[in-house]
Amino acid sequence: MIDALTAAIASKYAYILLFVLLGIGLYMVIANENLVKKLIGVSLFQSAIFLFFIGMAYVDGGAAPIVPADGRVASPLPQVIVLTAIVVGIALTAVGLALVIRIYSEYGTLREDTLREVRIDE
Amino acid sequence: MSSELLVPLLIVAPIIAATLPVALGLWTDRTGWPVAALTTIGLFGAAAYIARDVYAGGRVTHELGGYPRQYGIQLVADEFSMLVVVLVTAVALGVLAYTRQGGPRGNTFYSAYLLLTGGLLGISLTGDVFNLFVFLEITSLATYALVASGDGPEAAVAALKYLILGTVAASMYLIGVAFVFMATGTLNMVELAAAIPEADPTLIRAGFAFMIVGFATKVAQWPLHTWQPSAYNRAPDGVTPLIAALVSTASAYAFGRLIVTVFEVDYLAAMPRAGSIVVTIGCVSVLAGTVLAVIQREVKRMLAYSSVSQFGLVLAAYGVVIAGQSETAFVGAAIHLVGHGLLKAGLFLGVALVATSYGARTVDEYAGLAKDRPFAAGSIAVLLLALVGVPPGVGFVGKWYIAVGAVQSELWPVAAVIFLSTMLTLAYAARLLEKMYFTPPAAADRPHAPETGVAATDGGTDDDSSGPAGAPGTVDPAAAFRTKGSPDAVSTGMLAVVVVAAIAAVALGFAGGTLADMLAPFLTEVFN
Repeated sequence: MIDALTAAIASKYAYILLFVLLGIGLYMVIANENLVKKLIGVSLFQSAIFLFFIGMAYVDGGAAPIVPADGRVASPLPQVIVLTAIVVGIALTAVGLALVIRIYSEYGTLREDTLREVRIDE
Repeated sequence: MSSELLVPLLIVAPIIAATLPVALGLWTDRTGWPVAALTTIGLFGAAAYIARDVYAGGRVTHELGGYPRQYGIQLVADEFSMLVVVLVTAVALGVLAYTRQGGPRGNTFYSAYLLLTGGLLGISLTGDVFNLFVFLEITSLATYALVASGDGPEAAVAALKYLILGTVAASMYLIGVAFVFMATGTLNMVELAAAIPEADPTLIRAGFAFMIVGFATKVAQWPLHTWQPSAYNRAPDGVTPLIAALVSTASAYAFGRLIVTVFEVDYLAAMPRAGSIVVTIGCVSVLAGTVLAVIQREVKRMLAYSSVSQFGLVLAAYGVVIAGQSETAFVGAAIHLVGHGLLKAGLFLGVALVATSYGARTVDEYAGLAKDRPFAAGSIAVLLLALVGVPPGVGFVGKWYIAVGAVQSELWPVAAVIFLSTMLTLAYAARLLEKMYFTPPAAADRPHAPETGVAATDGGTDDDSSGPAGAPGTVDPAAAFRTKGSPDAVSTGMLAVVVVAAIAAVALGFAGGTLADMLAPFLTEVFN
């Protein structure tokens, strides 16, 4: 039982770490009151997904797909996907931070709980 | 030009055009409008042209860059996607005509507007699950920018809330894509449909579960809807129709597309509890959305909550499609998507019109509208009745097909929920109708600006939400009322857009059977 468990962990440790990172990101989004940290949480959450794709592409003993190798190569498709997703993620973070700057200059606070007190409706 | 070449142009043209207003804006300020108008008219024409081809001769596909679909991106225009494409281009055209006079204007607005249109057309036409994610995010980015362009700092808060929830939702969808890709090794929808039945069911189920959560948030299903009312409410009046009518509609369309084309109905029907989960999400949202709409005072917010319930209906219909393999419910979902998009665009345009010309934002302030602004009130009344589901309106046709599908599949709770939600929808629609037609305008009710004046004396804490933007106290109340509530601010063209929307809602209601016939070839292909 213990052996099977350790074997499972040993073979899947990358995925376990990624999902821990995913959980940390999501927890930051939900529980952190600071808007910038919330956005960093979103960023972590997305990074975990990118790593998930890259982990998926890994082939035992495979070369990087940019090198013309005669043997095994890692799957290039997920890496291309992640490249696109990273661009999307950066754009989102930039827009989010721009909004945070606007909110800070209007309300003078970055904390969501203070913001809730300052704002009237909702 | 052949349709195969027009399909990618539908996506590429608006996205390239989106850069022009800002780029040319360095040279002169007045470039945004001609670029946006030309592009949108062109898009509408191209969409109509492709639609004619598709409904006459079946689907049109295009492989981007000539790469085969196994590892390239394929664009697909079929009977289902063209419905959404025509809706998107038509609503975009209507909103553009409205904003010419009604605002917002300016090069940045036109850029975001074109980017949004391009993203929405991309969602509708793509045949690739990852490309779908990219277009979802392009659409969302443009939407965040448009929401944040509303007056006052509240708009930025609403936009940030939307951004955080929307990003997490899209990321959830991306995890779903990762699982499905892991199981099958392909991203193309047609290839996936062939590969999924042989793939590891655990991975596929995990993927589908993540996708449900992602789309439930994007489509604003209870309890993941919290971003939506404030985003709709805080966006500029001219922008809300665009967002409300199209953004969630495109996401709901994408979810339907995944259900029928990627996972396929038979496979999902065999998946334990998939159908009942989707039905439950939909039904709960229908009830929660209508109940929340009934208790709202502000008209825009009320209509926003009404969207939660209407999309709940679409999701419930998808659930019926999965659980009961019902073609009728799918037709209902498709018609309801298009009909609701049109109705909400018309209603929000009408609300924007009333806010500009009458200064009314809350239900109480609508008192006596029918007497002062008969055409605006009449159009809003027709659209509201269509939303409730009074027969000639398009809202009825969609609900009818969904209800018939639910009864055929013996999913009685769905039929009961549709009936109950119709009653509740009538409750909030009737409240507005009663105010417009049967309550004389009370002097204290109507004017907005005096209220802001009052609010200023007690520190401006009272009525910021309904006030017409701006710092309380700094505006001379009388002047504010004149500018805010003068009929001169509204051109005939703006009114005409709302009236056309109302007429189209009724006309589409009569054309419900035709819409169902147009979808028939797609249905026989999907439900064979």
